Amino acid sequence: MIEIHSLSQKYTSGPTLNFPDWKINDEEQWLLLGASGSGKSTLLNIISGLLKPSSGVVKLNKTDIYSFSLKKMDQFRGQNIGIVFQKPHLIKSLNILDNVALASSLAGIEVNHSRVMDLLDSLGLADKAKNYPEELSQGQLQRVSIARALVNNPILLIADEPTSSLDDVNAEKVMKILTDQASKNKASLVIATHDNRIRDKVSKAYLL
Amino acid sequence: MNILKLGTKNLLRNKLTTFLNVVLVAFGIAILSILFLASTQIGNKLEQNAKDIDLVVGAKGSPLQLILSSIYHIDFPTGNIPLKDATELMQNPMVKRAVPLALGDNFQGHRIVGTDSGFVGLYGLKLADGKFWKQDLEATLGSAVANDAKLKVGDQFFGAHGLSDDSDEHKHHAYTVTGILKPQGNVTDHLILTNIGSVYKMHEPEHNEAHHNDEQEIDNKEITTILIQYRSPMSVVIFPRMVNQSTNMQAASPAMESARLFSLIGVGIETLKWFAFLIMAISALSVFISLYNSMKEKKYDLAIMRCLGASKLKLFTLVMLEGLMITVSGAILGLLIGHLALHLIGVYQESSQARLTGIFFVNEELYLVMAGLLIGIVASIIPALQTYRVDIARTLSKDK
Repeated sequence: MIEIHSLSQKYTSGPTLNFPDWKINDEEQWLLLGASGSGKSTLLNIISGLLKPSSGVVKLNKTDIYSFSLKKMDQFRGQNIGIVFQKPHLIKSLNILDNVALASSLAGIEVNHSRVMDLLDSLGLADKAKNYPEELSQGQLQRVSIARALVNNPILLIADEPTSSLDDVNAEKVMKILTDQASKNKASLVIATHDNRIRDKVSKAYLL
Repeated sequence: MNILKLGTKNLLRNKLTTFLNVVLVAFGIAILSILFLASTQIGNKLEQNAKDIDLVVGAKGSPLQLILSSIYHIDFPTGNIPLKDATELMQNPMVKRAVPLALGDNFQGHRIVGTDSGFVGLYGLKLADGKFWKQDLEATLGSAVANDAKLKVGDQFFGAHGLSDDSDEHKHHAYTVTGILKPQGNVTDHLILTNIGSVYKMHEPEHNEAHHNDEQEIDNKEITTILIQYRSPMSVVIFPRMVNQSTNMQAASPAMESARLFSLIGVGIETLKWFAFLIMAISALSVFISLYNSMKEKKYDLAIMRCLGASKLKLFTLVMLEGLMITVSGAILGLLIGHLALHLIGVYQESSQARLTGIFFVNEELYLVMAGLLIGIVASIIPALQTYRVDIARTLSKDK
């Protein structure tokens, strides 16, 4: 369960963003909607522990995540929050299998090979495990990054504009994968988007 | 998947850059290691060969040449001295031990040295087989000579006139091998020892020529040099001056001439050393530039790794490790190249007396590995510190 309470972020050159309180229960799926510049990315970064807010608290299963030290925070994020970025951002020097496995070892969790292969298999990437990122298509890379976000069985899966650079067919596919995988892995899901094509795919929405 | 593996994979991704950097480091280290190894070996050889010899007396000429020819057996002798004068000097009370040498012949490039039993005592020679030379035309071989020429006790061989080639053989008299020395680790391994009489015999007029001036021959007998050991250190000052001023011969001190020789080579060694330092500085710069440039591309990688739970320290270590892997492997490769190169030089070296070997290690090599580490640290510290400044949230969300 994730809760945000009286959050605000003040930028030195610009407006102060205030975020309405929000409570995400276990395994709930949410859309985070808002126009460009409304602070979607900022809120995602705050929730995922990448950006300390000016004020307010973020609680993940009752723990205030900003009470951690930086190092503890990094580890906590690695173990409990999976993030899918707009761009896949894979490590070019590692093959697909290692890219996914890296998420486990960096989070300080022992690499579970069958878990990695199961994930890749369920995303239709099992035969690409030994390939390098540059040999895959953009859509495939996006799926690898989803696998990487899920490998540690996170409490929360966050996706930041996952469909904005995809065509209709692929956008739909990715949405299906995200919602299916999130429920299959018992993770809460938050998708930040301004993409109207996917509005009706998820019932709950948080508006900025 | 640990950071060591990750670092290796990152380096292998830019094979050419990594290769260039490793080669640069290796080159600098190789030059330095060759210098260290060669100068230590030469120094050791010079020292060992001249260990118990205080003074060399020979014909007037270059003192360095006199030392080189009669102790290291490298250069040509300065000439001959009359046996009569030499004997007089050998009986001087300041002299503890004097060993006469008659040079001038060789066998397959190994010098034949006419001398007396004092030589055995001077160098502390020990036999591996047979016995020491006694009669004319008996010879005792240094271990390396016996190996090279495949001679054993009882074999016969012909000496040749001159010091380096066997075009002009003394076909009339054959030497008989009576003994083979144990390896001594000094110049005697490469010498053929016989008595002075044998050397005279080689050079005396042939038998079908007139016999009438035999008597005169003996009076005019000459030797090449005398190796002298003093009775007391006091003689260091007086004895050489006495020889140089009151006789027609010259005295040269091995210690002084070796030092002079080293100071002559020293300029070259010093230049090479600075050249190697320069190469190593360039390699440090090159490693730095490659790491620094790759940081731009790596910014996303680092941000994503932070996102996945890697601490700042871990990423700092990753970048440091990449730099260190390049320079340390470069240093080790450089040492290998250094040893290999020196061994090859040794194999193709003409003068067998001062042969260098690659199978020889000095403590300085540890410093070279440490130098590799240091270059790595210097080159990667700034790029590694940059990892602390990566703003993950901004880096990852800006890239739209």
